[in-house]
Amino acid sequence: MFTDTGSFVTETRISAGRRLLHRVHLDLPLLVGLLLLAATGLAVLYSAGERSGELVLRQLTRMTLGFGVLLVLAQVRPATLRRWAPWLYGAGLVLLLAVLVLGVVGKGAQRWLDLGLFTFQPSELMKLAVPMMIAWYLADNPLPPPRRRIAAASLFLLVPALLIAKQPDLGTALLVASAGFFVLFLAGLSWRFMGLLVVVLAVVATLLWVFPNPLLHDYQRQRILTFLHPENDPLGSGYHIIQSAIAIGSGGPYGKGWLNGTQSHLDFLPERSTDFIFSVFSEEFGFLGNLLLLAMYLFVIGRGALIAAEAQDTFSRLLAGSITFTFFVYVFVNIGMVSGLLPVVGLPLPLLSYGGTSLVTVMAGFGMLMSIRTHRRLIAT
Amino acid sequence: MARLNPAPLKDHLRETLLFNRRLIAGLFIAGGLVLVLVARLAQLQILEHDHYTTLSENNRVSIEPVAPTRGLIYDRNGVLLAQNLPSFRLEIVPEHVPDMEATLDRLRKLVRLDEADLARFRQTLKRKRRFEGVPLRFRLSDEEVARVSVHRHRLPGVFIRAELARHYPLGRLAAHAVGYVGRISEAELAGLSDNLRHCQAGAPPAEAAGLLRHVDEETLCELMAPSNYAGTWHMGKVGIERYYEYLLHGRVGYQKVETNAQGRVLKVLERTLPVPGRSLYLNLDVRLQRAAETAFGDHNGALVALEPRTGAVLALVSMPGYDPNRLVADYRRLTASPDRPLFNRAIQGQYPPGSTLKPFIALAGLELDMMQASDSILCPGYYLLKGDERRYRDWKKEGHGGVDMERAIVESCDVYFYDLALALGIDRIHDYLARFGFGRRTGIDLPGELPGLLPSREWKRRHHGLPWFPGETLITGIGQGFTLTTPLQLAEVTATLANGGRRLHPQLVRALADAEGVPEQTVPPRSAGEVGVRVPAHWQAVVRAMRRVVHSVHGTARGIGHNVGYAIAGKTGTAQVFGIKEDEEYVEEEIAKRLRDHALFIAFAPVEDPRIAVAVIVENGGSGGTVAAPVARAVMDAWLATEEGDVH
Repeated sequence: MFTDTGSFVTETRISAGRRLLHRVHLDLPLLVGLLLLAATGLAVLYSAGERSGELVLRQLTRMTLGFGVLLVLAQVRPATLRRWAPWLYGAGLVLLLAVLVLGVVGKGAQRWLDLGLFTFQPSELMKLAVPMMIAWYLADNPLPPPRRRIAAASLFLLVPALLIAKQPDLGTALLVASAGFFVLFLAGLSWRFMGLLVVVLAVVATLLWVFPNPLLHDYQRQRILTFLHPENDPLGSGYHIIQSAIAIGSGGPYGKGWLNGTQSHLDFLPERSTDFIFSVFSEEFGFLGNLLLLAMYLFVIGRGALIAAEAQDTFSRLLAGSITFTFFVYVFVNIGMVSGLLPVVGLPLPLLSYGGTSLVTVMAGFGMLMSIRTHRRLIAT
Repeated sequence: MARLNPAPLKDHLRETLLFNRRLIAGLFIAGGLVLVLVARLAQLQILEHDHYTTLSENNRVSIEPVAPTRGLIYDRNGVLLAQNLPSFRLEIVPEHVPDMEATLDRLRKLVRLDEADLARFRQTLKRKRRFEGVPLRFRLSDEEVARVSVHRHRLPGVFIRAELARHYPLGRLAAHAVGYVGRISEAELAGLSDNLRHCQAGAPPAEAAGLLRHVDEETLCELMAPSNYAGTWHMGKVGIERYYEYLLHGRVGYQKVETNAQGRVLKVLERTLPVPGRSLYLNLDVRLQRAAETAFGDHNGALVALEPRTGAVLALVSMPGYDPNRLVADYRRLTASPDRPLFNRAIQGQYPPGSTLKPFIALAGLELDMMQASDSILCPGYYLLKGDERRYRDWKKEGHGGVDMERAIVESCDVYFYDLALALGIDRIHDYLARFGFGRRTGIDLPGELPGLLPSREWKRRHHGLPWFPGETLITGIGQGFTLTTPLQLAEVTATLANGGRRLHPQLVRALADAEGVPEQTVPPRSAGEVGVRVPAHWQAVVRAMRRVVHSVHGTARGIGHNVGYAIAGKTGTAQVFGIKEDEEYVEEEIAKRLRDHALFIAFAPVEDPRIAVAVIVENGGSGGTVAAPVARAVMDAWLATEEGDVH
């Protein structure tokens, strides 16, 4: 692996650096991508938070914590992760049930579990536990999995997803379900089956929409209605979407410049440091900035895909692929919702949005990717 | 369990291939979705960029009208009659209020809000523009401002705005002349739109035509357009404030401001300053005005003092008055009062002129050759008309004996004028008095003036469907019957008499000034034509008689003829409030005060060079000579003593 053949000093240094990174099980390109995004996030947050150093400092603390988690998980061998998978999943399930029973009600939804010192969202844990569990379950058998296994795996996916949806937290439920689904997809779920799934989902969604039921809350129904017709209530529920579109659109090709966004600085943009931070970025850096930001995300996703492709066992491969695609879903859903392509489903933009819990989960995922990348056995392929 | 059942058929190569195919498929789908995002962003940021820029600017920048500062009003000596004082109003921008009823409830605990305020607020709410503030209360007290400010964080969309509010430093004094401002009503708002229509049709509305003497038509149309009132909540309601509204108001300014989502102005980006309204100097003299109002005491009535040479209105009194600064608080009481304090008697009160008409009838008789001044008749205390059962009484039951014209005026003999009126006939009386301006508006620069009434055969047929009866001619001769005059009209005909027939429109405003009060444009006297003098001696004879009304032992106004440094020509009068039957005794004490006759007095002075003409009516005052004349004397004293320095 370490072919330190170069005699140039610089090359030696680079190699030394790489060696150090490898020793702490970090993948340089992925790390660079993540750090770039994190730095961008802090810069935008500084603007969105009215130049509040405090806000940036708090986010920096969280990022440090996130990178800490990443670093720790990077040291854990994929085989260990695989061993943990069923236990982690089981614990997550128990915690989800606990939340239902004695969860702290926050923002109208039961998501948090008060652990005394800090609150904890078991649904976040499931974002990783579900794909780990399904990858663990499918890895030892030939792929594509038979129907029996698909059915069982679907159950692993649906139970936590429904529990989370019941909290209600549609965004996270969606992410958990898609994380699990990506494992199945990568494992070779037949296209025909997926086509069928789309049809079934469409039917179920229609039924949920038409008939009153406890799964679709009024506020969720309202969000979808608002998404379809934001102009019906420009000062009420349509306000977020309209103001966000104005922020993005008025940014134009080159943006209004860092700290110069009027939509955000004059308070027109709600949730501007959390879910709608992309609007702030867009307004200030314009279309060009957006392309660069998307390129950064795509770089991270591409690197993740490469790590998955070059992973050495099925479990690692499936897990790495799922984490990568889930990350993409985050980005796509958030930008889609902020730009008015998708209904508002309360998902943060990873590494840019202010907030701790999901950041830690995302970093944990990347920690696993680093582990998968750096624990490969040295066999020539 | 995987270990128990190892998969011998696991084909690594095939699985890797499958996985990689799926990975690539996934990446393709992701790539497609990213392209969708890019397309959406391109749509927003490139294709629709201009549209969103406009929306963003509209969000950020709002154009606010800036109300001009209202012009000030001074008396002829520069004494301030109407000024602007800093004040605070409470304003609500409904778009920023999450729950209007809760906000109003909260505000009710902090400031005084009555039903009228709320009703008007809701009314205004209906026609406001987006993100425009709607005033809820004006003239907040300091304490109210403080209370609202403290609770500001709990009151989104509620603002306290500084403004200038109208204040009348002299309070009640001259309130009827100066008038007052009030909230622009729905009707007035519609009136502003009418102005626009009139202007587009080619001419400003008649109501404002008088202002064309001071500004050209185009300017006037701009000043009275609804858009010029964009930031204005008050306008003149009556008096000078109303008549000169469009000059006093000024020209609206605009400012482009950057606001945040809560509607708070963060900075002003651009400003077009408003043009302050013109200030006005009145002909009114506060000293005369005060002398007159004091002289009225508790009586109701009116007084108008004019400068005969120019038509300048030196004093214009209507009693009782009111304090325009307390109008909002007092309004209910004022409208309910039987004394009708808001009613401007000087220009709207129409009273029978009574005997004050006699000098004009006498002049008609002389000028139309119906008699000689020296002709005398015998007055037995009553007059009998052929074919009429009725006895036409003289105020002096026992009669005046033999009276010529001078004595008839000095002692106010009714029988003499019955006879003269009959000789003249109603047609000649009507035509001659019309030359003086009886029965027509004087054209003073005040709104709402009434024309009085000068009866004629034709008028009676039209309004009563009846022919004219000779008996009606008789009582017209002594100023009773159908004839009605306003105090202003009486003052104006008196001034005309003093002027030798030269008529002038009464004029309250003396000069227009800029906002700082520097006079720019004096208003020249406005001629209203000539009565026409056939024989000057006739006029002199009438004036001589009027002089003796005051300055002779038999004169009905001899009470004011003492200790006066100048000569006064006057005439007393009594206007009947209700008819007395021919054989009834008039016992003043037995008649309730409100049914007592009105006392009138007209006068000018000094006789040789008239500088002031006054008409006074004291409602239910009884006798003109004892009640009304002293009021006139007080005003003339005030004017001539100051104007002439040492005449007094």
